[in-house]
Amino acid sequence: MKNALDFEVPLIKLRDELDEARRRHQLSPSNNTATLVAELESRFHVMQQDINRNLSPWERVQIARHVKRPFMLDYVKHICPEFIELHGDRHIGDDHAMPAGFAIWGDRKVLVVGHQKGRDTKENLLRNFGSAHPEGYRKAMRLMRLAEKFGLPIVSLIDTPGAYPGVGAEERNIAEAIAFNLREMMTLRTPVVAVVIGEGGSGGALGIGIADRVLLLENAYYSVISPEGCAAILWKHRQHAPEAAAALKLSAQDLSQLGIIDGIIPEPAGGAHHSPSEAAIYLKEGVLKAIAELEKLPIPTLLDQRYQKFRAYGQFTNS
Amino acid sequence: MPIFKKRTVDDLGEKKRDMPEGLWTKCPSCGESLYEQALVKNLRVCTHCGYHFTMSAPERVASLCDDGTFVEMDATLNSVNPLGFKGYVEKVAANQEKTGLGEAVLTGRGAIESIPVLLAIMDFRFLGGSMGSVVGEKITRAIEAATAEGKAVIVFSSSGGARMHEGILSLMQMGKTSGALARHSEARLPFISVLTHPTTGGVTASFATLGDVILAEPGCMIGFAGARVVKETTHADLPKGFQTAEFMLQHGLLDRIVVRKDMRTTLAALLRYMTRG
Repeated sequence: MKNALDFEVPLIKLRDELDEARRRHQLSPSNNTATLVAELESRFHVMQQDINRNLSPWERVQIARHVKRPFMLDYVKHICPEFIELHGDRHIGDDHAMPAGFAIWGDRKVLVVGHQKGRDTKENLLRNFGSAHPEGYRKAMRLMRLAEKFGLPIVSLIDTPGAYPGVGAEERNIAEAIAFNLREMMTLRTPVVAVVIGEGGSGGALGIGIADRVLLLENAYYSVISPEGCAAILWKHRQHAPEAAAALKLSAQDLSQLGIIDGIIPEPAGGAHHSPSEAAIYLKEGVLKAIAELEKLPIPTLLDQRYQKFRAYGQFTNS
Repeated sequence: MPIFKKRTVDDLGEKKRDMPEGLWTKCPSCGESLYEQALVKNLRVCTHCGYHFTMSAPERVASLCDDGTFVEMDATLNSVNPLGFKGYVEKVAANQEKTGLGEAVLTGRGAIESIPVLLAIMDFRFLGGSMGSVVGEKITRAIEAATAEGKAVIVFSSSGGARMHEGILSLMQMGKTSGALARHSEARLPFISVLTHPTTGGVTASFATLGDVILAEPGCMIGFAGARVVKETTHADLPKGFQTAEFMLQHGLLDRIVVRKDMRTTLAALLRYMTRG
């Protein structure tokens, strides 16, 4: 039950019961044990679907942040038979919160870039909890230009609570590193597919998120501010984060309705952490489909559509 | 709506409370009491110590443009409440009432020492200068007009960042404005970004730091994250002068600090190098 989210507890209890019934059935099969297994299986699936359907935005945020959730390099491991990581911004350092490199994605050669979190303290120190410094954004841009030069599609996997708010990051101009990427990604003469695989935290997410297709995993979120940050401003306390998560309309479903994202990639029942290999299959296929569509377009059309896509964001009246 | 509205006592904001009849304003830097009319005449710069008070967008226009050249654009764009955020509509209305502005940015065409430019001037008084759909759209339209007309664009920033109440739509304005600047830049046209107090968050992380030339007013606060957030995250003391214009200049993050009375001539001098013909 370690790492279980509150709303997962009944489900996990039921799964344990089911496992136990299966074990008994295997040891000494009978009509009774078979009936019990079938009944528990059916209850399990109903409960799983119920939970999935009724997840609140805040519960989805918790899934998006789950420590067992597959991270960027987990997906790369599952999807890419080859990944050649390339390091450094060629100026000051190499940001381990933002790995990038050439990869075979399914059957395609691509450039993959993304945020990487850690699972334990040691890894999180290395990965800085998935919060990149300016070096990370500059490395990303350097390698995206490399992809453009050699006609490789770019796959950007977004998973960050936000860009790092530290003294060094400010001194080395984190704001400009993000802004520069926003402008330059708009001009990349190669297809760009961005997928928010976990947390889409504000400018830190958008800094590698200007793309021809922006997709979200089913339980990922994308927001201008963290629910805690919003709660601290509006309700003066972080404990109101669940209300803030609902108000911000940050879930895949809400973002889709707002016309901000181009598609939702399904996750295994209960969330990607229940079956990373299954989640990887959906991610792989979703990205390949998007690349295939984008590659049909002449580059000027691709660039124009990318511009118009972002140009259209915003709601207002004119009277 | 006239841009150059006569200033009234109400425009003085919170300072008026401890000042008799609003005739005097106390300088937060040197503590000197300043006669309101003298302060206005001095472009809201303390006559004693040079402290730059925040300036409203209409005042800024008046301080920059050749007389009678400024024509406002897109004044009729109005915010809606796309997320159904509680209290947002009322907040916008109250800020319109308070400032006499439609939104947190004023855009238009004007001339600076006879050089035609597109101007976008943010006003911090309006919901902290925050960028929602309308602010992003107005700035984008100004940049696109500059591109279409072969003109320079000048943006004066003053903002707490992206507007929370419009959620993800506010975040996307960063991409939208930056995209418009990509096209403006490809057309080899000049963009001058002027940072004024304060410029933070999503505005700093989009158009404000993309200037061909970046200027700042003295003493203004510039940063990505707020100083409080940085302090809470890092649990460390902040360096002296952290996130001020002077700190930014020292770290090579902006081109020049320009005092307000020299802004107009500096912009014109720069533009003469950056425009052909």
